[in-house]
Amino acid sequence: MSGVRVLVGTHKGAFVMTSDAKRKQWDISGPHFTGWDIYHVKGSPADPNRIYAAQNTGWFGQIIQRSDDGGKTWNPVGNKFAYEGATGTHLWYDGTPRPWEFKRVWHLEPSLTDPDTVYAGVEDAALFRSTDAGQNWEELPSLRQHATAPNWAPGAGGMCLHTILLDKNHPERIFIAISSAGVFKSEDAGKTWRPANKGLHSEGIPDPNAEVGHCVHRIAMHPSRPDTLFMQKHWDVMRSDDAGESWREVSDNLPSDFGFPIDVHPHEPETIYVVPIKSDSEHVPPDGKLRVYRSRTGGNEWEALTNGLPQSNCFVNVLRDAMAVDSLESPGIYFGTTGGQVYGSADAGDSWAPIVRDLPAVYSVEVQTLR
Amino acid sequence: MIRVVLPAHLRNLARVDGELRVDVAGPTTQQSVLDALEAGYPMLRGTIRDQVTHKRRAFIRFYACEEDLSNEAPDAPLPEAVATGKEPFLVVGAIAGG
Repeated sequence: MSGVRVLVGTHKGAFVMTSDAKRKQWDISGPHFTGWDIYHVKGSPADPNRIYAAQNTGWFGQIIQRSDDGGKTWNPVGNKFAYEGATGTHLWYDGTPRPWEFKRVWHLEPSLTDPDTVYAGVEDAALFRSTDAGQNWEELPSLRQHATAPNWAPGAGGMCLHTILLDKNHPERIFIAISSAGVFKSEDAGKTWRPANKGLHSEGIPDPNAEVGHCVHRIAMHPSRPDTLFMQKHWDVMRSDDAGESWREVSDNLPSDFGFPIDVHPHEPETIYVVPIKSDSEHVPPDGKLRVYRSRTGGNEWEALTNGLPQSNCFVNVLRDAMAVDSLESPGIYFGTTGGQVYGSADAGDSWAPIVRDLPAVYSVEVQTLR
Repeated sequence: MIRVVLPAHLRNLARVDGELRVDVAGPTTQQSVLDALEAGYPMLRGTIRDQVTHKRRAFIRFYACEEDLSNEAPDAPLPEAVATGKEPFLVVGAIAGG
């Protein structure tokens, strides 16, 4: 029998929510790791019982947890994230050079084919990989050693590597995104990297052709169209149709083109979702209305999805890793808020209902489709 | 046998209740106690001190015998009462945040 498992990371623990394919009744377990920040929880596409979680606090640092039974039980695995070689410097907020310092794991991306291989995007920005199910982590150092790296600078949330896109059609290809350096692309499994930010224009960067420095919030890709990427930048929703070689804006009629998450319909590669947020200085929905916007044309033409979402006095945010789609025939769309709600739609966004309302602030939402 | 008291989050992580007891070979110092602790409970590596530099994490303090030993040298002898097991070595999460 098919169903889904929604994995939620919050400010005070992780939650595992399961349902059958109707997605009306939910069984919720958690909090796991109570009291800890859980930046991300994600399952292996190759083995749905294998799940990785990134757990940290300022007191005790970074822990990686692994479940081999679909989130019922967990065990801590390796947590040594040591930069390889000389660490070098990046720019600090005041423009002075600052040595790289590991702070936390933002994002875990399990391999598409091997449950024991998992990538970690960390702050200060770097990419690590484990090939033994999280026991040991090795940096892919050429990214952090890129010639532009001394000019990378943190966004307001820190200098985080928050997005890792793998591509089953091109096993050697990896896209990553860093706030606020931008998108980088590797065609050789992470041995070498180059910026992929052409066409991005960011307020405050005087050079219109700036190779790096863009505050990319999230990128997304449909597996059947690996050369088409969608981006929610700090401001602007963008798309690329040449595997990140160039970008063009597709914000058009959105009420605001600021936001964090962006995702793609599982069966319609031109149907995409964003959650507009009023501005970078306010971080609340426009007009107090929580609206997901859907475009069925790959951008530019957007419709507000409001059925079941609060349309007054709502002032929560939806963070970059807090939206996910399942792949059931009538696809489920899920997102979590900083107010602790997790909303789900079992009809591609036409209608919504809360799965839970009163969690700690939600950092991340992922979903596994179970068959 | 050295007695060690951990903060609640680390007791949960190590899946222990109450005090821990570790055997230390050689002189009883912060370093030797933490080495023994991490050998017996590998999940604690990196949570009290940096895994590479062994520098104490910023929000961790060490106490024993009503003394703050946080800034003592890692290889300085701990009080005799800790070495003999009369008093515990306390790993404390700083009271901070909100």
